[in-house]
Order: sequence, then structure tokens, then C-alpha cells
Amino acid sequence: MGTYFKNIWEGIWTVLVGMKITWSHLFTPAVTIQYPDVKLKLPERARNRLYVNMDDCIGCDQCAMACPVDCITIETLKSTPDVDLGLTSVGTKKRLYVPRFDIDIAKCCYCGLCVPPCPTECIKMTDVYEFSEYERNNLIYRYATMTPAEIDAAKTKLAAYEKEQAEKKAAAPPKPAAPAPARVPVGAKPAGVPAAKPVSSPAPAPVDPPENPENKS
Amino acid sequence: MKEFLIDILQNEILVYVLMAAVPLVWIIPFALFAVWWERKISAHMQDRLGPMRTGGWHGWAQTIADILKLIQKEDIIPAAADRKLFNLAPYVVFVGSFAAYAAIPFSAAYVGSEINIGLFYILAVSSFVVVGLLMAGWASNNKWSLFGAMRAAAQIVSYEIPVALSLLAVVMIVGTFDLQEINRAQSGYFWNWFVFQKFPLLFVAATIYFVASLAEVNRTPFDIPEAESELVAGYHTEYGGMKFALLFLAEYANMFAVSAIAATVFFGGWNSPFGDFMSGPVWGLFWFISKGMAFIFVHMWLRWTLPRLRVDQLMYVGWKVLIPFSFVIVLGVGFWVMLAR
Ligand code: SF4
Ligand code: SF4
Repeated sequence: MGTYFKNIWEGIWTVLVGMKITWSHLFTPAVTIQYPDVKLKLPERARNRLYVNMDDCIGCDQCAMACPVDCITIETLKSTPDVDLGLTSVGTKKRLYVPRFDIDIAKCCYCGLCVPPCPTECIKMTDVYEFSEYERNNLIYRYATMTPAEIDAAKTKLAAYEKEQAEKKAAAPPKPAAPAPARVPVGAKPAGVPAAKPVSSPAPAPVDPPENPENKS
Repeated sequence: MKEFLIDILQNEILVYVLMAAVPLVWIIPFALFAVWWERKISAHMQDRLGPMRTGGWHGWAQTIADILKLIQKEDIIPAAADRKLFNLAPYVVFVGSFAAYAAIPFSAAYVGSEINIGLFYILAVSSFVVVGLLMAGWASNNKWSLFGAMRAAAQIVSYEIPVALSLLAVVMIVGTFDLQEINRAQSGYFWNWFVFQKFPLLFVAATIYFVASLAEVNRTPFDIPEAESELVAGYHTEYGGMKFALLFLAEYANMFAVSAIAATVFFGGWNSPFGDFMSGPVWGLFWFISKGMAFIFVHMWLRWTLPRLRVDQLMYVGWKVLIPFSFVIVLGVGFWVMLAR
């Protein structure tokens, strides 16, 4: 009998204690972040959408090899000795055209493994994370800046040059190749990097103001 | 109000239809508001915000959007269900809870039907709901629905007894089942309310009534007929669209009905707590609804505080705690009334 009344008393008492707790929480400010209206500040070095500064890319394919899910596709095209593709911002001479540089961001797992190998630091993570699309294909970001006409011209030129070289080789006895243009000292930045955007064909690509690559849209 | 309307409209049938429609006009906005309110309260008790976007200010239009969506939904009847009963059940449930409103005195001037057995009528007709619930569970031909319906029946049948007994204590004092009479017996200041009379007997009776009525309307901690973590959704698992909305509406209508009875029988109904201050038919409506809403708030408060009881615990609370206590109260009040005469 004693335990019976004790149980009832404890039941009532613990209910009241619980009610006091929920009552106090009723007036505790909510912890909800109303996302589209309010955004949390991202941590430094947060990994979100990739951005490639094509002016600096030398087409070395390091990033594509590092990628564990193979979502970077790079095609390169040799240039002929008479064209000067310019220098990257760290002073590396560019020798290859990059007619295709696609990142399938839908496959990307944001591991960031493609960033450190890049010798010119031109592929990097930005803090943009809102890029949902209605079409999956729109998530293939095309960063290459060459137009089809330019690609064709470069290809024809390369073919002509190679043919010429082959004829020369057949005609003349082998001799040392023409010396490569002297390397510019590391650190000497070219004055004006030509302005270029990642070409969006057909998909809209991330639009980062190219004048200021640090600006993460 | 009836005589007044008959005077104006000169048509008795029209007046009866109008009088009957009044509670319906109250139930639907009330249910829409209460669902939104419950979501807000639950959210804030869990340090969340709840609906915030629909309609602008704190998502006030969320439930309106929800009901519009429910109306548009396809009416699905499971192939194995008993079509007739399945279709009928939501209406039976709703009629059961709506019929109770006929005798609820909203104000000194308005009560659907001023019968001298109002309280008895409400107790009798609200048990009708359990028939609808059993029907819904059985006709769905689904094990979860059937479990839910069986539990609902067991629960409502056992908790009807403490409900009736605790109300009986008040009926013994007033000497009538007429809810308007019970209201008038509590007029004056709030210490005339029956909760504070014959202290502490009627206070305990009010507590018993409140706990048992929670069980009768299947609210947490007695929501084992719905028990979403065990039974999907209990008896309304198979319902969708408008029929689900009707069951939901009935649930909220029931919630207000039991709160209204608690307010009427123990808390002075439409009487103002401060004597003649803010009293009268219109203020009466205000006091009645505020008291009812206060109880509904406590319903919600308890729902977001307590976990669900097991079936055996539910039966323990019903048969071993509430019923003996309510018998003691009935006896005590009986002796008190007899000796004080
Ligand atoms: S972040 Fe990882 S997955 Fe994404 S492109 Fe770079 S290496 Fe590939
Ligand atoms: S590692 Fe850098 S330079 Fe090399 S292909 Fe990738 S982006 Fe271009």
C-alpha cells in the first residue's frame, strides 16, 4: 500500500518536473538557422565548388590523375614552336593548348585531392555551395576557353607542322632539335593575364570575375 | 438566442439549421488554428521554430495550405478494405464528436440544445466515437489499423468510468445534469468554481477528469491507439486525403469538447472569474473559449513533455489509480453533501 501511494505521488511529481522543463524551453530562443534567409559563415578552407583559372592551367593532367572518382576530363593539344601561349602567374611557360577541361561536379566528392598537385595553383575550392540544377548535364562545368574555330586552327596548324617535321626528318640527317625558348625566371609575372571566363557550352559554368581570381563569386 | 432568431427569421427550421451550424463554424477554424498552434508549441518546446514561411508571419497559413492539399488528394481505398465501412467510419467518428457540441454551453445565450441531461448526453454520445474508430480499424483490413482500433476501444471504454465518476461528483452537488445550471451554480468570483469547492475533493476530481479525458481523446501520454512509432498511425493508417482530414478534424473537435467540459464543470464555464467584471453573453463566449484553449494548451504541453505509456501501464493507471480514487471522491462528496444539508 505504501509503494502504491508513493508511486502515484512520484508519478505526479515527475510529470510536474517534466512540465517545468518543457515550459522553460518554450521560452528558450530557438537554435534554428533559417537557411536561405540566414547563412552560417563557412569555416576557412571549406571545400565546395571547384574553380579553375584557365589562364594558369598548363594542361599537365595532374589534377585529373589525383581525382579518385575521375570526374575531371582534360584534353590537350601541342602548340607549334612559333606560337607563344604566354606564362602562368607563377612563371611557368605554357606549351599546351587545353581545348577541353570539364569537371563533372555531380560526381565530385569534394575531397580536395585535385588541389595540391597543381603546379600552378590554378584549380581551387571556392565557398560557393548553392548550385543545384534541374538538368544533370548542367553540372558538367566546362572551363576550357578555346572556341571550336580556335581548336580547329590549332589542330590544322599542328598537323601541318608535324607533316613538315616528318618531311624534314626524312630529307635531312638527324640533327638536334631547335632549342626551346629560354625559361623566364620563376616569379616574374606577366603584366596582363588575358581576361577569360570558363566557357559555358551548353551549360552555365561558374562565373567568377577573372580579373580577381581570389574573389569567390 | 433561439427565441431571438425565431423572432427575426420567422422560420423555426432555418433557425435550427443555423444553430446547428454554429459549432461547425467554430470547429473548423479552431482545428486549423490548433494544428498550427500545436506545431508552434512543439517546435518551441524543442528549441526549434516550426513553420515559418507560409503566409509570412510565423507560417500562420501553413495549416490552410495543408488542408487545401488534403482536399485535392486522391481518395484511395485499399483493395482489401471493406469499402462500405471504410467510407462510413470517418463520418461516424466526426458525427460522434460533433454531436457532443449540441449540448456544450458556449455562452449564457448560446447552447445548441438546452436539455436537462446535457452532461449525460455528452458522455453518451461521445462514446459513439469509439464505434467509428473500431469501424475504421476493422474496415482497413490492416494489422496496424486493427491494433490501433482495439487499443482505442480498450482505452476509451476503461477511461470512460473515471470520466463519468469525476463528473458525477459535481452533478451530486448541483443536483442536475443541465450544463447551464452547473454554470449558473458557479457564478460570481473564481473561488466559486467547483475546482475550489469542497477542497480538496473536487480538485482531485478535476485532475482525474483531466487525465482520463486525455486518454479519451487519445492524446499523449495515452496515444497508444495512434502510436506512430509502433503502429504507423494506428486506426487511420490507411486513410488519406479528405477522409484523413475528417478523422483529424474529429480528433481536434474531441480535444476541444473534453476541454470545454472541463471548463464548464470545474472551471466556471462562461462565468467571468471576477464577478460582474467582463461578464455578459459575449464576454461569456470569450471566457468559455479562453478556458477551453487553456486546457488545450495543457494537452499540448503534456504531449511534448511525456513519453507514451505502455498498454499495461495505461490499464494500471485507469483501473488501479483513477477508478479507485474517483470512487473515493464520489463517496466523499456524497457524504459531504448529505451531512451539510
Ligand atoms: S575535389 Fe576530389 S572528387 Fe572533386 S574533382 Fe577534386 S579530386 Fe576529384
Ligand atoms: S593540375 Fe593545374 S595546371 Fe595541371 S591540368 Fe590540373 S588545373 Fe591545369
